[in-house]
Formats: sequence, structure tokens, C-alpha cells
Amino acid sequence: MAEYIKLIDITKCTGCRACQVACKQWNGLPAENTTFTGSYQNPPDLSYNTWTLIRFDEIDVEGNIKWLMRHDACMHCEDPACVKVCPSPGALVKTPEGAVVHNPKYCIGCKACMIACPFNVPRYSPEKDEIAKCTLCYDRITDGKRPACVTACPTGCLDFGPKDKMIKKARARAEEVGGYIYPNNPKYETHVLYVLPKGVDMKAYSHLNPDPKMPATVLWWKNLFKPFTLLGMGGVAGLAALHYLIKGPHEVEEKPSKGGDADGE
Amino acid sequence: MIIGSNAAENHPISFKWVNEAREKRGAKLINVDPRFTRTSATADLYARLRSGTDIAFIGGMINYALQNGRIQWDYVRDYTNAAFLVDPSFKGPVNLDGVFSGLNGGKYNKSTWAYQLDEDGNPKKDPSLNDPNCVFQLLKRHYARYTIEKVCSMTGGDPEVYNQVYDLYTSTCKPEKSATIMYAMGSTQHTYGSQNVRIYAVLQLLLGNIGVAGGGINALRGESNVQGSTDHAALFHILPGYLKTPKASLQTYAEYLEANTPKSNDKMSANWWGNYPKYAASLLKAFWRDVDLEEAYRYMPKIDDGVNYSTIPIIEQMARGNIQGLFCWGQNPAVGCPSARLVRRALAKLDWLVAVDLWETETASFWQKDAGVDPSDIKTEVFLLPAAASMEKEGSISNSGRWAQWRYKAVDPPGQARDDLAIMTELVYRLKDLYKAGGAFPKPILNLTWDYGKKGLDGSFHHPSVHEVAKEINGFFLKDTEVKGKLYKAGQMVPSFAYLKEDGSTCSGNWLYCNSISDTENKLMRRSTSDPTGLGFYHNWSWCWPVNRRIIYNRASVDKKGRPWAKDKPVIWWDALTKKWKGDVPDGGWAPGTKYPFIMLPHGHARLFAPGLADGPFPEHYEPLESQIKNFMSSQQVSPVIMRWDKEIQKGVCDPMLAEGCCACTYGSPDAEKFPIICTTYRITEHWQAGQMTRWLPWLAELVPNMFVEMSEELAKEKGVKSGDKVKVTSIRNLEGIEVYAMVTKRFKPFQINGKIHHQAGMLWHFGYKGRATGSIANDLTPFVGDANTMIPEYKAFLVDINKVRG
Repeated sequence: MAEYIKLIDITKCTGCRACQVACKQWNGLPAENTTFTGSYQNPPDLSYNTWTLIRFDEIDVEGNIKWLMRHDACMHCEDPACVKVCPSPGALVKTPEGAVVHNPKYCIGCKACMIACPFNVPRYSPEKDEIAKCTLCYDRITDGKRPACVTACPTGCLDFGPKDKMIKKARARAEEVGGYIYPNNPKYETHVLYVLPKGVDMKAYSHLNPDPKMPATVLWWKNLFKPFTLLGMGGVAGLAALHYLIKGPHEVEEKPSKGGDADGE
Repeated sequence: MIIGSNAAENHPISFKWVNEAREKRGAKLINVDPRFTRTSATADLYARLRSGTDIAFIGGMINYALQNGRIQWDYVRDYTNAAFLVDPSFKGPVNLDGVFSGLNGGKYNKSTWAYQLDEDGNPKKDPSLNDPNCVFQLLKRHYARYTIEKVCSMTGGDPEVYNQVYDLYTSTCKPEKSATIMYAMGSTQHTYGSQNVRIYAVLQLLLGNIGVAGGGINALRGESNVQGSTDHAALFHILPGYLKTPKASLQTYAEYLEANTPKSNDKMSANWWGNYPKYAASLLKAFWRDVDLEEAYRYMPKIDDGVNYSTIPIIEQMARGNIQGLFCWGQNPAVGCPSARLVRRALAKLDWLVAVDLWETETASFWQKDAGVDPSDIKTEVFLLPAAASMEKEGSISNSGRWAQWRYKAVDPPGQARDDLAIMTELVYRLKDLYKAGGAFPKPILNLTWDYGKKGLDGSFHHPSVHEVAKEINGFFLKDTEVKGKLYKAGQMVPSFAYLKEDGSTCSGNWLYCNSISDTENKLMRRSTSDPTGLGFYHNWSWCWPVNRRIIYNRASVDKKGRPWAKDKPVIWWDALTKKWKGDVPDGGWAPGTKYPFIMLPHGHARLFAPGLADGPFPEHYEPLESQIKNFMSSQQVSPVIMRWDKEIQKGVCDPMLAEGCCACTYGSPDAEKFPIICTTYRITEHWQAGQMTRWLPWLAELVPNMFVEMSEELAKEKGVKSGDKVKVTSIRNLEGIEVYAMVTKRFKPFQINGKIHHQAGMLWHFGYKGRATGSIANDLTPFVGDANTMIPEYKAFLVDINKVRG
């Protein structure tokens, strides 16, 4: 089975949000009851029912305004932290195509993946007591189709294809526009790549982790505790231990907010 | 260059091609807009201008081109009217302080806007372009006044940025280079909207950018099928194929033909409209197959000379109680028309209203409590006919590239919803039945040829065949006819408009679409993606009017010997061996150099000087009707020939509108301090037009759930407003104002005009009181005034005030 990559060429994004709606349509996700946020970004954040979001940022670069638009969804890590921490077998699975897919049937709603994720992607529903996120349209790509967002994109910003081809395309495009590839950490591979434009610091993109890596706590959890929990503890004890672990790293891992990307000021 | 358009947001698919041109051909994108939009965000160069100053901006570019010799000389001399000599008594704003000769009582007498003629009646020319009365010299003097300093003092733009834009854009004057302009309603919706587009044409002609690959002026239409609806004449002043609506003064068919068939004595001029009688006769025969042409012409409704029947005057007449009934077919004037409060009051003066739409629109529900009225006060009888959406019916649409593409039905319409053709067909048969019982002038209805959806024996209607309509639009022979030795039987499709007859022996519902359907094929259905030239012609994808020609005026893409200006992207070229044109379908098959390229104009030359317009042969800058800024070009503040209703008030004849408590026909004066903020309206990608098709859809309502006004951080600070606050926007026509959210953004910046700060704000016009997402109606503030030529309303520049809602 070939490995795939979704390529997001930010230099071609016009923020039309066709991807955001196509995602909801294919995945049958209901609309949220939103209200005015002060920005074009709406819903204000990813959620249990919003797996793809265009994030908008207005910045000044030497007196000139730049309006940044970024397609935000699961990055589909090669070695996914969420899968590593997930205590429930089958709830989060890395597929041979490169997709990281959640299965509500096995999700126990422990939220460990939310804390572990270096990109702050999975979202929890208290009503359903489970998480949800982008699946890279696993049900489409295994059927020879491209993800819904890619199919809907009118400008050529989104592309999807075999890993090697997409990496090559990303490099060529980055060189052509003088931009750069994100993430560009050989130690942390993802099945989603960005080409970011020149002249804009990646820190200007809200909710974009400039240095994605496997959280140390995940390694700690995985190597020391997880096998033990699964083998021996299970049940209530395991979840209690998990809750304890979650509580700690959450505060450590949380990054300072930029003061609300949804604020138009 | 994208100007007067936010293509990235409102024509997102167009950006696929914009991006492709940048990627494959190294094209550069310039965006010109008062506000930094999603289009600006992707542009290579962004230039700001105050709403309503497009002519100043482009006038400065034309001056730059003329001063720096950025002109495609051969093209300008041979293919435009630059060399034509104009009547020496013609005077323009250079001499007459902002107006043209002949101004009298708010109208121009255009007798001096004429060419000097030789003994054959053809315009005299000076190919050296040196005669002081030649168009080129007149143009040069006219635009010499548009210096960059003066331009920037009007637009509020940055001279350094403008110079960069001017330099980059006019560099396409080289024969092998081209540039295109994408514009939309930001250009047209002004009191001088036609002139905004005209000035793009002047610029493009000077640079030799019309008729060539990658050139032209692209009108980005507000709807996917606006081109088709215009081709088929959903406007009062034209008939299908841009034939003219008969006027009351032209009582006979001969008079009508005489008035509308241009003549030329120049053998080099194809003067294509000389074929007018063939097209008119074929159209009349499509309407009334069984009567002669004179009788058919008698049936045609005729408009009073000099009276305008576009939307604004119709609403005025409605408000005065002069109109009994209205069909609102896929239109929502209660939200979409200027001074929409007046529109809703005018609707209440109707006896009946039929709304045909997908949802219950604000127009269909203007009588309900949601509209803020007491239903018991409204006497109008309202019918709502549910219509089928585009996916629920078969037919064609024509895009702004003139491609007519067939569309298939995907699903049945829900419930009782029916497609427009079925609704119209039943209406026709019912009207015929009613007229059989009598009525005024019944013959036009009784004799109307309507071959679709016959009534069954049980009284039910067969669904009309849209294929039969398409065939009639193409046209067919009405009797056996021999053309060039080939016999065409009655009923066979006419192969192209060259075969149409003026004697009534052919019919064609629209001569431009003649050639779209053959006896064996509906070419609109073609779906071949082959593109042998690599220029994107796709000759076998759908069909393009006229006769599948993908670039009109393509004879301007070659020199007089038939050699393409641009060797690497030829549109057509002359093959000396076969003595035939190769490439695109040529604009006439004549040998190179034997006919002028602009075949639709009587003199065959494109018009730098256009005497046909109501407000001047050269575009001249005027201020929007509502502006606090003095016109720096002249003492003529606003266009002198626009139709103004405030003058009606002064004359005391506008009372019916005022008596309704509506001051739609008042405008802010330049010294009014009460309304200091320049405002414009626009659309966003998430909603569609007046919102009836999108505000009901949860996924789209989720994206933009509320009405808002965008304003700069500086204005917000002055007004003590924060992003997300509720504010009230007022105009002189609506002192109570509308309540909306404030979006404070860096994307709007104040303009520095003559040392003074002028703020600009912008509002969406998608919202109304019906649907899942509702909000205030922006057009409750907009002025009741239109363009001097087309009456398109001035939605894009007017004055408001914005204040925080306390408590």
C-alpha cells in the first residue's frame, strides 16, 4: 500500500473555505450554532464537529498588511503521539496509507490524545464522551479518491498524492516561491506538508506549532506505563492513573495563547 | 489586474486559472481595491484607492503610458479610431471645465461628438496621429491632466505604489506581451460605472491587449448565467442577441430596421450589424411563426422613447402606485435593490406579486411580521411558486467567456417545486385560454408560437422539452431552401447565422447561438478536454458564441499580413499555402488586411473615442453622487447627466415616495458633516447575492452567521468601537439606521485626501430577515440613483455614519 501526503500550498490559498465545508459534507458533520467572532474565522476553533478550519491572521510586515489564511486539520504524523498514548486498542489507528484514524466504537473518551497531540487537533464531545478529528478521508483514499477538502479546493492550494511525489512537489514549489516547507524536522515526519510563503515568520500563523515533536511525557508514558496498564491494570485503575498523568502534562504542554486569533484587531 | 472585483472571494474558481498563469507563465497579479481583500492577500502588487476613483486611477495609467511611449503603435494606428479626425467644434473637459460640448438641461446633444467625413461618408484619418483634431491627440490632451500627484490626491493612494503598478502593467504594450483585466460590480455599480469599464477598454486598446491571447477585459458576472440571461435579453432595452427593443416612435417594421441597421461605405469595413434585418426577421419568426413580419412587429411591445424601464424607475413607478402586478423570478429586490425600504413599501402598492424562488425570500414575505410591518395593513396578494434549483433541471448556462454549457438534471425537485420552463409553459397555456375569452390586443398571445409541453387530453401539461427550446434558439429553416447548391429541408437546423434570411424563411431565437445545435448534435454537450494549441481554447468543450470562436476580435491579434503579434501564443494565423486562417475560428474568413478587425462596429475600428455613451466620449473623473470630497479635476462635482430624484423633490413631484415616510430620493451633500464616512457594499465567498440561496444552508450560515460592517482600527478608535461591538449605521435616507456587528480590521485604512483624513467602511449586502442566518439589510441605506447609461445602482460609494450601540 502506497503512503500518501496531503500538500497544503499556502501561497495559493484564497481562504474561500470550500475545504472547510466539503469536510463537513463528506463526513456528515452538523453545522455549529456560531455567532460573530470579529474575524472571518468561524467556527472559532476546531471542534468535535469541525475537523477542518481555515485560520485567519492579520499581521503587519514593515507597514504592509498581510492576511494569512491557513488550512488547519490533523497532520497525520508518521509516528503519532495520539496513537502512542491511546489506552484503548483500535480507538486511534495509524493506517498504511499514512492516515491517523479514530474509531468512536473503541474511544473511551480519556482525552489522552488531546494532550499528547503536538498540533492540538483532537476534540472531545462531552455528550458523546469521545474524540473526533480529520481522518484524511480514510474512507475515500482507500477507494482511490482524494480527500474531500482536496477535491473541493478550487485554487490548487490543496493536493494529495504518493508521498515521494508530494515531497518533490513541495520542495520545488518552496524553491520557486522562495518559501519553506513545514514541518521540516527530519525527526518528526507527517503525512501533511505545508509550503509557507517567504517573508512571513511561521510564528505569525496562529496555532501553528513552530517546533513539533513527540512530547517527552508521551515517551515516558509509552515506554514505562502504557504496556503495564494494558497488560495488568486495565479498567478503573488504568483510567485513574491516566487521569493523573493527563492533569500534569496538560499545563506544561499548553502554549501561551496569542491573544485570540479570532480577534480581528 | 483585478480591479473592482474581489475574484478570490466571489469567483473562487477563476483563481485556478489566475494561479496557473502565475505558475506556468510567470504572470504577475495586480489588485486594486479600497479594502485589502482575500484577492489582495494573494496579489503580487496591491494598490489602494478610495471607492469611486477608478477613472482617476486608470486615467493616471493612461497618462503614464502616453508620456512614456508605452503604446503598441501599429495596433493603435491601424485597429483603433486613434487616427480618426473629430469635428473641430467638439470640446471636452480640457476646455469646458469638466464637461463635454452639447450639455443642455442634464443631457448631451451629441452633434459635435462626430467624425469629419470624406466624400464617401467615411471618417477622415491622419495615420501620423499628429492632427490636433485626431482622436489620439484629443485623448492625449484629455489624460495629460491626470498627473500622478493629482491622481493620488483624488484616490488617496501611494504614488510610489501607483508608479510600480503603472510601470508593470503598461510594460505589456510590447506586441508579444499581454495583460488582462478582471472586473466586476465594484467597477460597474457607480453613477459612472459604464465609463469605469470604458476606461479599461481605452487602456487595453492603447496597449494592444484586445483580441489577443491573455488579453481582453473580463467581466466577472454576479451569477453563473448572467451572460446567458443578457444574451437572451433579460433587460428592458434589448431583445435576444442584443437586438434593440422597438420604440414607440418606430411604428413600422421598415422604420425599425432603418433605425437599427448601421451602414458603411468603406469596403474594408465588415459592418456586421448590417445583417440586422436577417436576425430581426428570424427572431420575430421564432416568436410568431404563422404571421408575416409586419404583423409580428406590430405584436412587439414598444417602449416609450427616452423612458427608462430598468429596476430603479420601475420601483419608483411601483411606489407611485402605477404598477398592478409583479413577477419576481429568482430575484429578491426587498434585499438587493437600492433603498430597499422603499422597495418593500412599493411592493405593498401592488395588487399582486408572484415570487418564484427556492425559498421564501424577503420579497415574498415583505408583508409578514418579520419584515417589521403589520400584515393586516398590506393588501397585496402574494403567491410563492417553489422553483427547481440548477441541479434539479436540465438546460444550459453561458459563462462570461461566452461558453454555453449543457447541464444535466441530477435529482428531481422536492415537493411541488417545478423548473422555470414548466412554470412558464403552464402560464402561457393558461393565458392563451384566458385570452380566447377576450381581452385587449389578444393576438400576440393567441398567435404566440409555443411548441413545448402540449396540454394533454386530461388537461394536464406534458413537461416541456428543453431540447426543443435549444433547437429554436439555434433556429431552423421554415421552408425548403437551397444555399450554395445544398438543399436544406424545412425543419432542418440552420448551420450558422450566415444562413439566416431577412424574408422570414428562417427562424432563430437568438442569432448569436445559431450554430450551437446541428441536425445531429447539441454542441453544448461537448466535453472533450483536448487543447492542441495549449492556449486553453478547448474548442470541443461546450460551445462558444459566435460560431465557437473562443476569442472575439481575434483578427486584432495579427498584423495586417496575418502574422501574430505574439509568436509564442498565436490566436490565429494566415496560412499562405492554403489561403486559410489557422488556430481559433477567425472573426471572418477574409484574407489578412482586407477587413478591419473590429467587425461589429460600423467603421471597423475599436473606439478610443466613443460617441455612443450618454456621459461623454472619453471617461472623465467625477465624484460619486454622495461625496464630501471636491472634484479636483473640475468644478463639475458629479456626472452632469445622471437621473436624480432629489431634483424631483425640489420640483414637488416626488411626494408619493416621501408621503410614505421614506426619503429614498435624498442624497447627502458634500458639506453634510452628519455622514462623514465613505461606505461601500460587497459580497463574500460564503454567501450568495441577497442571501436567499445561502442563508438557509446550515453549513454556510455557520461560516458567516451575522451581518457586519468592516472598519479600520483608526475609525474604531475615533468612535470608541471594539471588534464584535454592535454598531448602528445610518445614512441620510435612513436616520434610524441598521444595527450590525463591527469588524475592526487592519484591512481598511483611512485615506489621506488633500491633507484630511477620510474614513471608509464596507458592509455585506447578503442579509435579510428570512433564513437561518438573518441580519440587517445593507441596502436600507444605499442611494436611489444609477449610472447615466445603464441605471445600474450606485451601491459602491455613499456616505454613512457609524456609532456604537450603547447599553
